[in-house]
Amino acid sequence: MANKRIGPAKPPLHVRNAKIEEVMTGATVYNVPFPKDLGTLKDMSPIIIRHPSSVEYLHSYGQDSPFFAGIANGKLLGTRCGRCRYTYATPRLHCASCGGETDWTELPREGRVHTFTTCYYGSEEFLKDTPFHLILVEFDGVDTLLLTRLVGVDGPEEIRIGMKVKAKFRRNSQLKPTDVYFVPS
Amino acid sequence: MRPVYMVSGGVSKFAKARPDATFQKMVKEAFDYALGDVPRLKPDMIDGSVGSYFSDHFTRQLMAGIMAADYLGLCPKPNKRIEGGGATGGLCFQSAWESVASGRMDCCVAFGFETMSRVQTWKGNEFIAHASDMNFDYPVGGFYSGYYAMMVNRHIHEFGTTVEQMAMVSVKNHRNACFNPYAQKQKRLTVREVRNSDMVAYPLTLLDICVMSDGAAVCILADEKTANRLTDKPVRITGVGTGTDMMRMADRPHGKVILAPNEKESDYRNVKYPGVHSFRAGRSAGLQAYRMAGIKDPLKEIDFIELHDAYTSSEIQTYEDLALCRYGEGGKFVEQGHPFMPRIDYGLKLKNKGTIPVNPSGGLIACGHPVGATGLMQAVFAFWQIQGSIRKHFGSGELQLKKANRGLIHSHAGTGTYVTVSILEKGW
Repeated sequence: MANKRIGPAKPPLHVRNAKIEEVMTGATVYNVPFPKDLGTLKDMSPIIIRHPSSVEYLHSYGQDSPFFAGIANGKLLGTRCGRCRYTYATPRLHCASCGGETDWTELPREGRVHTFTTCYYGSEEFLKDTPFHLILVEFDGVDTLLLTRLVGVDGPEEIRIGMKVKAKFRRNSQLKPTDVYFVPS
Repeated sequence: MRPVYMVSGGVSKFAKARPDATFQKMVKEAFDYALGDVPRLKPDMIDGSVGSYFSDHFTRQLMAGIMAADYLGLCPKPNKRIEGGGATGGLCFQSAWESVASGRMDCCVAFGFETMSRVQTWKGNEFIAHASDMNFDYPVGGFYSGYYAMMVNRHIHEFGTTVEQMAMVSVKNHRNACFNPYAQKQKRLTVREVRNSDMVAYPLTLLDICVMSDGAAVCILADEKTANRLTDKPVRITGVGTGTDMMRMADRPHGKVILAPNEKESDYRNVKYPGVHSFRAGRSAGLQAYRMAGIKDPLKEIDFIELHDAYTSSEIQTYEDLALCRYGEGGKFVEQGHPFMPRIDYGLKLKNKGTIPVNPSGGLIACGHPVGATGLMQAVFAFWQIQGSIRKHFGSGELQLKKANRGLIHSHAGTGTYVTVSILEKGW
């Protein structure tokens, strides 16, 4: 029986590209080598130092504040233009269609998924939450959408555009837009 | 307004990290390259400059624009910083155009850079996500790949676009970059490899998304008299357009399509526009530029395009915004082969290969996206393409198109919040 020689299969790309995540920890160095001949200085490796930075802001929600007061109290608020009746799911105090001032109005608790994604990576602040599901919700009688998280599904295969979702609220408000989130209804 | 020409350009090698150089030095590399290409240009002929970088967070240096201008020896001439998210470079290019078109300057240098390697990718994604509404969008899970994933999922729902069509964009751009020595990533990929790479935000994989980069680019613009003194092959900027849209994509209207000259209302009976599936700013910028350049049928009248492919999905969406095909047909447009290079082998069966090559350079997906430099990099690659000098600058002529008399460059910010389109044409 002829032995057909089979070489080792080339590993797939994601395996070949596998790597250890670089971290920013490392040794602290107080001295660096220095040459006698200044002419060689242009060949030296760059010196890289750590530079931590942290800032505390006082972030005012300004005219959007009633939305946050609303979700802290289990109410989902949008705004409606007094002049042209355009209705915003993500509130704004002034209408982008006609420039008129809007009034606060309660949104329906139930809506539909307009679009969605599942994030497996993210910004540093939200890495701990991954994977998480983002959706834009559409509501009957409302002209614009609301960005929010969908909770209670395991993966994107469980989310459909058009599926019904309903609002839920954190019991302990964080005064963040994530005080409201949606679940399949 | 008077005619404006591009007379030279330069690009630093885009890399994941350039710890060997500060931003000033990277700009200087691109600037010296551009000067070297027009030896008749003496420093005293330069009237001023505009500089672009996107993020103060990445740079960790305010007034970095003037620091680069000072390193180039351009003080005490006029300078200002231009910023507009991902479209920063395109806006900078147009600002230099305005400086010359208005008569304020006869010769203006546009330079741009970004230093994105100073933080880890996750922190970088956080910085970028700060370019979304800090009251309502960022705190929900601010991540641009997530935003674009939501946009393309709606595009898929509306029009039947497929993830394989998106992957074909990645195959094309990575492959083109194999012949571009400035590119950060040069890869021969298959559709399956693109789909099997890590899922970042469903349905976008790691290979559907551009990478962060350190780099700089420079364009030198001049009026007709100066341009003709400097070069035998000036490239004329015949059209500019800038479009905008609301920062929060949740706020975008669901109305009627803004029609291109080659479209009619009956083409779009069931399309609610732009919704979150299309970029109204891109359409608006494109139509302004077409009007100024006298373009009626872009697919026939433009020879090639360098567009802002931060995502494979946004390249497909942009075919439609630029009216290369109808809204909804972008997926089929790439599947049929139209935006591929005519003579490069991609390992794909393509019916109509090379109708209008898109991102011959490799685009952002393969070249990298050092934000403030990107829009200017596109201008430099388009300029070389039109001059017929790709072989000289790339060291090989694989990416040189036979017919490259008129090109389009497209720079894009936010979720389609600022978009610039400029038309460049053979000017000799």
